[in-house]
Amino acid sequence: MSNQILERPKSLTQKQFHYCPGCHHGIIHRLIAETIDEFDLREKTIIVQPVGCAVYIYEYFDTDVSEAAHGRAPAVATAIKRVSKGKFVLTYQGDGDLAAIGTAEIVHAAARGENICVFFVNNAIYGMTGGQMAPTTLPGMKTATTPLGRDVKKQGYPIKVSEMLAPFEGVSYIERVMVSSPKHIIKAKNAVRKAFKYQLQEKGFSLVEFLSACPTGWGMPPVDAAKWVEENMTKQFPLGVYKEVGLDD
Amino acid sequence: MAKVVIDQERCKGCGLCVAACNFGNLRIGENFNSKSYKVSEFVGEDCKGCGFCYMVCPDTAITVFRDEKVEVEK
Amino acid sequence: MRVLMKGTEAMAEAAIRAGCSAYFGYPITPQTELIHYMSRRMPEAGGVFLQAESEVSVINMVYGAAAAGVRVMTSSSSPGVSLMQEGISYLVGAELPAVLINVMRGGPGLGNIQPSQSDYFQSTKGGGHGDYKLITFAPSSVSEAASMVYDAFDITEKYRHPVMILADGALGQIMEPVSLPEQGASKPSVKNWALTGAKGRPANKIFSFYLDPKGLEEHNLHLQEKFKNIDDEIKYEEDISDDMEILVVAYGTVARILKNAVQKLRGEGRKVGIFRPISLWPFPESALKSASMKAKQVFVSEMSYGQMLEDVRRIVPDEIEVKFYGRAGGVVPSPNELYIKLKSLLERGV
Repeated sequence: MSNQILERPKSLTQKQFHYCPGCHHGIIHRLIAETIDEFDLREKTIIVQPVGCAVYIYEYFDTDVSEAAHGRAPAVATAIKRVSKGKFVLTYQGDGDLAAIGTAEIVHAAARGENICVFFVNNAIYGMTGGQMAPTTLPGMKTATTPLGRDVKKQGYPIKVSEMLAPFEGVSYIERVMVSSPKHIIKAKNAVRKAFKYQLQEKGFSLVEFLSACPTGWGMPPVDAAKWVEENMTKQFPLGVYKEVGLDD
Repeated sequence: MAKVVIDQERCKGCGLCVAACNFGNLRIGENFNSKSYKVSEFVGEDCKGCGFCYMVCPDTAITVFRDEKVEVEK
Repeated sequence: MRVLMKGTEAMAEAAIRAGCSAYFGYPITPQTELIHYMSRRMPEAGGVFLQAESEVSVINMVYGAAAAGVRVMTSSSSPGVSLMQEGISYLVGAELPAVLINVMRGGPGLGNIQPSQSDYFQSTKGGGHGDYKLITFAPSSVSEAASMVYDAFDITEKYRHPVMILADGALGQIMEPVSLPEQGASKPSVKNWALTGAKGRPANKIFSFYLDPKGLEEHNLHLQEKFKNIDDEIKYEEDISDDMEILVVAYGTVARILKNAVQKLRGEGRKVGIFRPISLWPFPESALKSASMKAKQVFVSEMSYGQMLEDVRRIVPDEIEVKFYGRAGGVVPSPNELYIKLKSLLERGV
């Protein structure tokens, strides 16, 4: 009989994800849950969830979870981390949540060097409300509120969150990854692990930005959407490590 | 030999696993699940247990049973 | 032992003595002494002090600390409290206990930094979105403010509903002798629902999101049921007689000023009663109603153009006339001004 199994991680509940077919949220959830399991942190973890498609995280993770108002997760996580000794605190936020309405909260949590992990899902669109322009929508990209494509003269330029936050002294680790193929998923998993280690070693703020597909919002089949991430999003948002202060051995 | 089991109720037929498999061991079949998704099927003869399908599945619908340790993650 | 303290500082010290172990704030006049005091005292007491980037962040930090199960407080003044309304609504929806202090100043907009009572509606009628009211207490002396803050921690935990201490700039700034409550007599309750890591128990979830209309209605019914029990916290002070020519109704600083005018009129042989709501929500409705029925007319005064007035008019029987005198924009009515106003009402009769 088989002796090695790859299966749904223990830190996820049995609840089925509500995400659209081919949405990358589910992959990112699994990577985080697998890492919680690997570090044996389920009983210490407190997740702060966003408003947006991932608003049901509290049903999916078998850990303590707090909802936060739209964009405010870094403030909520700041307080939880500071008042709770020895707990592992992470936020999970989308681009509308983190890069639009919650810009003040994320910038100041990073600047203060809050010892939390932020998992930032950038799919260049507002999924939950029906595909409107996000702060990360690519120039020329059509959305429900940029029907002719994002015109940077009128709607401005996309916000590059990793590049923006990396210079803060309080930031210990930032990497931009994608989960469009097995190779990149393995890299993304390593980034998640690293972010966890930065918090566990009390090095301060860490963030992993995931370029993520929204097949429904983009109006593409899932396989094409994953390719679109690789071919288009990475041009605007280059992958790589933007900050790494170094871990202890 | 390894084996892939697909939870028919979790699967949404997105096809990411089909695209990820280098051996053509997966396909979107003709069966519908209770949510009317046409689901993925394991039709493999020579599955190496690489776990690519598990990795790309956004719905944790895939479980991979390996007979022996396969080094895929570095 | 009685010590001489500013209102803001007495409230801060009372919170620490009540076991408040986290304070988040953003500087705003006229309550800055409170945040100064906390920045010094909270670390001494082994708690968490953090100056945030905005009141929006502050209230969400309060939410986080409350979710983690610790006693938490913030303080601000009117414009800052406006910014907090979103977070307050979330606290209510997620049933999280927290103590909030609003040292009210003149509005609307940036207004000014002088004392005002123009946030009565905001505090007692909802403030944020959704179907709720905040437990609101209004102190009228430094001593009362301190004991009110102290007790507020027990009350907010009892109902898992935030408590607002509605003070004003005058009360925040005056110095008075105060007997501070004892440290350690009030203890944080055991919170099985708090986020402490799912060790040896099912995972805890803090949320206010119910996509299913029936589920959200059920949650709202549960909240409404809970709100009814909060009637136990109704507090008021009255000094009335059976045949009053006039019953004066006011809260906070104005009640204090009016007492002076009432004493003067009584010295002249006038039958004047005074009723001071201490809990503004829940409002002491039946007590005010029965008090008002012993008076020929009712007089309300506020540092606003009539907010509590609307509640008083709703409660007092129609046949009893309710008169009003308000000052706003940060103007505090003087004892003599109120005396003259009352005197003219008395002389005109009903």
